[in-house]
Parts: sequence; C-alpha cells; structure tokens
Amino acid sequence: MTEEPLLSARGLVKSYGKTPALRGLTLDVAAAEIVAVTGPSGCGKSTLLHCLAGIVRPDAGEVTYRGQRIDGWSEGARSRLRRSDFGVLFQFGQIVAELTAAENVALPLLLAGTGRREARTAALSWLDRLGVADLADVPPGEMSGGQQQRCALARALVTEPRVLFADEPTGALDTLAGEQVLGHLVRLAREQSTTVVLVTHEPRIAGYADREIALRDGLRDPDGLGAFGPASRVAGAA
Amino acid sequence: MSTTHVLLGLLASGPKHGYELKRDHDHRLPRAKPLAFGQVYATLGRLERDGLVAAAGQERAAGPERTSFALTDRGRASLDEWLGQVEPPAPYVSSTLLAKVIVALLAADADRARTFLTAQREAHMIRLRELTAVKTDPAASLGDVIAADYAIAHLDADLRWLHTTIDRVADLYREVHA
Repeated sequence: MTEEPLLSARGLVKSYGKTPALRGLTLDVAAAEIVAVTGPSGCGKSTLLHCLAGIVRPDAGEVTYRGQRIDGWSEGARSRLRRSDFGVLFQFGQIVAELTAAENVALPLLLAGTGRREARTAALSWLDRLGVADLADVPPGEMSGGQQQRCALARALVTEPRVLFADEPTGALDTLAGEQVLGHLVRLAREQSTTVVLVTHEPRIAGYADREIALRDGLRDPDGLGAFGPASRVAGAA
Repeated sequence: MSTTHVLLGLLASGPKHGYELKRDHDHRLPRAKPLAFGQVYATLGRLERDGLVAAAGQERAAGPERTSFALTDRGRASLDEWLGQVEPPAPYVSSTLLAKVIVALLAADADRARTFLTAQREAHMIRLRELTAVKTDPAASLGDVIAADYAIAHLDADLRWLHTTIDRVADLYREVHA
C-alpha cells in the first residue's frame, strides 16, 4: 500500500468483561478497496468492524480515518461521522417495519437534513439501481429476505458513503438471494469507488473482495489457517 | 463428460454441421474441457454409424462443403435416457487434496504441513476470486455464471473442509496434551 490508507487500526484491544475480543490488532484499508475480514465465530470480526466504524470505542489502540484519529471522539462526533461518511449493513437489514421501502431508504437523508421530496427522489433512484424500484411503496413485511436486504443496502448507500461496513450481509439469505445482494454491493461499490469492509465467515463471500484479512482469537491470522497457526499443535497430533 | 450426449443435446434444437456444433459447444459450455474439431467429426461419424443422427443436407458457403446432421428418433431416445440417469455423486474421497492434507497432518514435520496448507488455501482463494470476477462481469453469459458457480461451490466446500479438519486436529492435540 504505497499511498496513505483511508482507514487504519493500530494495536486495537477490546474486551467484553473478562473476554478479550481484539488483542492488539493492526491493519490498513486503502481507498476504494474491498476487504473481507474472515475467521471463525468469536474471532473478533464484528468487534473490529464496530471499532473501525466508530460504533464502539476500543479499550486501547488507535483507529485512524483519513489521517485523523477517531477512536477518542465523543459519541456525538462519531455518530456524525457515521452519518456523513459511513454506511452500515448488518446480517438482518434492521429496516423499520412501519415504513415503506422508499421511506426506509430516505431515512438517512432526512436525518441529515435533506428535504422530503429530494430524499424520496434519491431513495427511488437507489431502489431502482438495486432492482427493487417496484417495491418503493411496499412495507418490509411484504418483501422476501433478499428484497429487504436490497432495501437495507440502498439505505446504506443513499448517502454515498466513503466506506461501507457490511457485517455478514448475506448470512440470513439463501444462496441465490445472497449472491444477488453481494453482486449489487460489489458493482455499486466499484462504480462509486466506495471502500468496503466486509465481515464474513464464508470463503465464497470472501471471494468477492480484493483482499482478505483473516482473524484468529482477536489477532491477524497471517496464513489464514486458524487453529493450525501454532505449528507445535500439528506435531503433537501426528 | 459424455461428448456423445452433449452433441446429441446440441442437435435437439435442429440440424447443424460440425462447425456449428463446435461453436455451440464452446458457447454453451465455456469452461468445459476444450473440444477439438477432430473429436466433433469423429463423434458425428460414430453417431451416424449407430443411427443416432442422420445427414440432413449439404451446405456450401465460402468454404468447403459441409454436411448437416439431424437427430433421429433413436438419437432422441438415447438423449432422453441419458438425461434421465442420475449421476453418481463425485468420488471426492479419492481426491489428491484429501490425500495430501491427511499426509501433511500426519507428517512429523509440522512446518512443512503448515506451508502446504497455507499455500493450498491461498491457491483456492485466488481461484475463488478469479471465478467470482468471471461471474460478476456484466458481460458474463448465463453459461459463464452457472459454470463459475459450480467451480466456486466446490472450492468453497474444499476450504470449509480444510478449516474444519485443521480445527479437528487442533482439538485432538489439545485433548491429548491436556
């Protein structure tokens, strides 16, 4: 990585009670790069995503975004950064059941002060780019899981974020619906030069990324081999 | 793969000459093992001899004269029978990858085993990325996507199995050395 990274972490440490989730993790993500963070359950992938996105503060270490340390920022400042620069997509889209698809997608723009009409126009455009324009006035309860996740993706992208954080975005979908959501995600990210941090435990999904960062027990797993990391274990198993 | 039945299948939509069959084959099965012209003509010769196809006319455009072949009733019956047969699940238990991983895990030289597994995993991931790029290319045909899906599903299964195996071995080691 020759140019300065867009997003980086240095020596990140985070524990929940006595359980360590991150144990001194360091990484860099370049602008417009699509990075897959992989590893088994409990390896710290989601915690890492939450720290990078400013959702939680690490216990120690630094998170730097566009040359500025953000880990020490107040909740209010991190929240503003998330609204202006970041988009987040979770396994379950967390779209609001009482609102239609278009209202859901327009929500981040309305929160940022955009006028109602302009926000709806933008929402309709994003729903169209995700192939669900016909669902604009449909509530989530009447959509399939894949359709709901496409709406959630539209909502995550409607503010045209610099970074999209996606935490197991296809985990709740069947294979084809998941492929379609991911296909849209990667295509739109490339079109917009959006940086993507994609958390997944599935190799197939990691295949959509430019690069993989494998984790194990809250640290980088340099060879991605998980439990096989410490060489001594194998000798004993023979 | 049965070249015979694939050619019969390509003739199901109407008579074609050897060149068209070769072109259709490459278009419909873009990632299949390459099919040589010689193999197409040799197979057509056998199919005609066995009464599964019959000459359906001559065509001369700019080049040499070409004979079109059509499916006969017997050919269609043979194709239907082939399509109705369930393929035996692939015998992956005999794969070289499995043999190498087992030998690597059993080998006393842990570093060598680890080097092999790291390189194997990386090779699988690189291929997975290449195939994902093929199928997400806006110009990809349905055939490209289906063929890439097939290969990706197998690589994904290999990688999952590789991880599970590694975890099993680590658990076993911990039990033995507890």
